[in-house]
Amino acid sequence: MDRRGFIRHAAAGAAGFAAASGTEAHMAGHGDRGHEHQHDNAHQAVPSDLNLRVKALESLLVEKGVVDRAALDTIVDLYETKIGPRNGARVVARAWVNPAYRRRLLTNATAAIAELGYEGGQGEDMVVLENTPRVHNLVVCTLCSCYPWPILGLPPVWYKSAPYRSRAVIDPRGVLREFGLEIADEVEVRVWDSTAELRYLVLPERPPGTEHMTEEELAALVTRDSMIGVAKVTARPNAPFVQQRLAR
Amino acid sequence: MFAEPWQAQAFALAVKLSEAGYFTWKEWAAALAAELKAAADRGEPDDGSRYYEHWLAALERLVTAKGLSDAAALAERKEAWADAYRHTPHGKPVELRRR
Repeated sequence: MDRRGFIRHAAAGAAGFAAASGTEAHMAGHGDRGHEHQHDNAHQAVPSDLNLRVKALESLLVEKGVVDRAALDTIVDLYETKIGPRNGARVVARAWVNPAYRRRLLTNATAAIAELGYEGGQGEDMVVLENTPRVHNLVVCTLCSCYPWPILGLPPVWYKSAPYRSRAVIDPRGVLREFGLEIADEVEVRVWDSTAELRYLVLPERPPGTEHMTEEELAALVTRDSMIGVAKVTARPNAPFVQQRLAR
Repeated sequence: MFAEPWQAQAFALAVKLSEAGYFTWKEWAAALAAELKAAADRGEPDDGSRYYEHWLAALERLVTAKGLSDAAALAERKEAWADAYRHTPHGKPVELRRR
């Protein structure tokens, strides 16, 4: 099955496929080789022993009412937004100030990212998608929650949610609107489906009015959401807490 | 900080159980230290790469020591999860089957 065929199939199976008008869904599919885990086509691979042990603990303790799942998610969310996206932000800022680096990043992202000392966790390849005035890129993992951990940290809880995973493909403009991002009709929206072998990072547009800023100051503006493609970078970030941490 | 999601889950569990008073953070630190020392005694490299494995082992040890669960229940539940993955079609959420 070719890549687009695969995503069509996957989306149809999940929620019915209907491409939004004016939206081209570019899909690099989940191959049929190992996804997040090695598996055959029919069923899901059994995760690692460590994974299963944590799931056993968590599910038993949640069932007993010892811990609350939402409270656990809150902690994970805290850590992912505090700690996660700094590495990716540095990559983006470097690309904004250094045209040669930007070219390397767009042609061989894995190597360019490794230049800054960030290596892939499971040997996956990175692909960087450049936003322009004509193209807006959006990243999703329709089948689970593949995500570029080494440069964006842990995926946000919504990224792993079933609604985002299915609706990002079916109605990307609608999903972006819910994130407060209105994409003009003449801008093409491209949706990219992550896999175990391919992880995507969006290179957002450098906001106007930042010409005087240093690379470090620029990195402080770059949000996690902008590197997933559900937000744009603005010269005045509206999440000062995260930004201050990034600036340190 | 976290290389994989299970590490974050294990981390969050320890934090929450301690917050809820099932064990003190001091007890936690001692349990984790014991696991780290045992690993060192086994001659494992102490480069931090297996930190969360030890974290998880400490968590299992404390959870059973405090009577929140026991080794048999954990093993059984682990097998149930493995079974659920094996029997869930690709692309569907994996859920435990109710007995």
